[in-house]
Amino acid sequence: MMNEFLYMNGYGSYVWSAFFFTFLSFSILYLVIKIQYVKEKNKFISKFGALDSEKAQVARIQNINKEILSSSQSI
Amino acid sequence: MLKFFEPNKIFLITSKAPKYVMTLFIVVLSIGLVESLILSPEDYKQSHSVRIMYVHVPAAWISLGIFSSITILSLSGYIFKNKNFFLIAKSLAPSGLVFNIVALVTGSIWGKPTWGTWWAWDARITSMLILVLFYLMYLLAWRIFENKEKVFKITTIITIFGIINVPIIKYSVDWWNTLHQPASINILSKSSIHSSMLFPLIIMTAAFALFSLLIFLMKYNTELIKIKNKGLDRL
Repeated sequence: MMNEFLYMNGYGSYVWSAFFFTFLSFSILYLVIKIQYVKEKNKFISKFGALDSEKAQVARIQNINKEILSSSQSI
Repeated sequence: MLKFFEPNKIFLITSKAPKYVMTLFIVVLSIGLVESLILSPEDYKQSHSVRIMYVHVPAAWISLGIFSSITILSLSGYIFKNKNFFLIAKSLAPSGLVFNIVALVTGSIWGKPTWGTWWAWDARITSMLILVLFYLMYLLAWRIFENKEKVFKITTIITIFGIINVPIIKYSVDWWNTLHQPASINILSKSSIHSSMLFPLIIMTAAFALFSLLIFLMKYNTELIKIKNKGLDRL
């Protein structure tokens, strides 16, 4: 039953390789974008941390900056 | 209405959305995989190789849809002088390119058992390859040019030329003698595909669309943070 499912009348290698390539591409794209996101966010946090209190207060007025700092996006 | 597209407002939504989109993507993809690999029937001519259609066709549709969206956004950005449209277009491009490559590679894998060859310089395949080149040119332009006005102009020109290729891809099977069969799914008239195959195809298309939305959101958030990083430098 399992072998039949994998073999697919002799077309298994084609079908599985097409699905494998698709999801491998998805995984690579996801990882690349995720790495870019984490890198930029860490850069923002370290730059924000380096600001003096007056500048930090100015920057904190913007909602988007607060959102980036508080964002707990785990994806 | 254009105020809705202000990054500060959008970020409040886009920063929270990815985890929900990811969950939905996993659910829809799981249903799609069960449908396409187990429940859907084999084709009377192509046997099980027809299952490649469930990744090949959605990938092709989405890559075409994304390129069309990029063109509309770039033109709108240029007409309405709205930089955020360009940012949205830029964030859509990576997933468009990957879907285009997936469509070409899975098409090539499907071609071997059905046509007896991995590749043919057929009108549909060649025009899809040209679309990859337009995606690459578009993404490279963003990397090469530093000046914002210049990059907006160049990317818009690339998309205008690229969009000419989209109807060519769509109608290539009608205009030329190609290895590809004519479209099996028509919105305006009756589709020739059976519902047992149409259903998994729709589910897989929905899953792929959710994945491209996820990638778009993550990329868009990254781009916004990049802009904010520059803003902190200017403080």
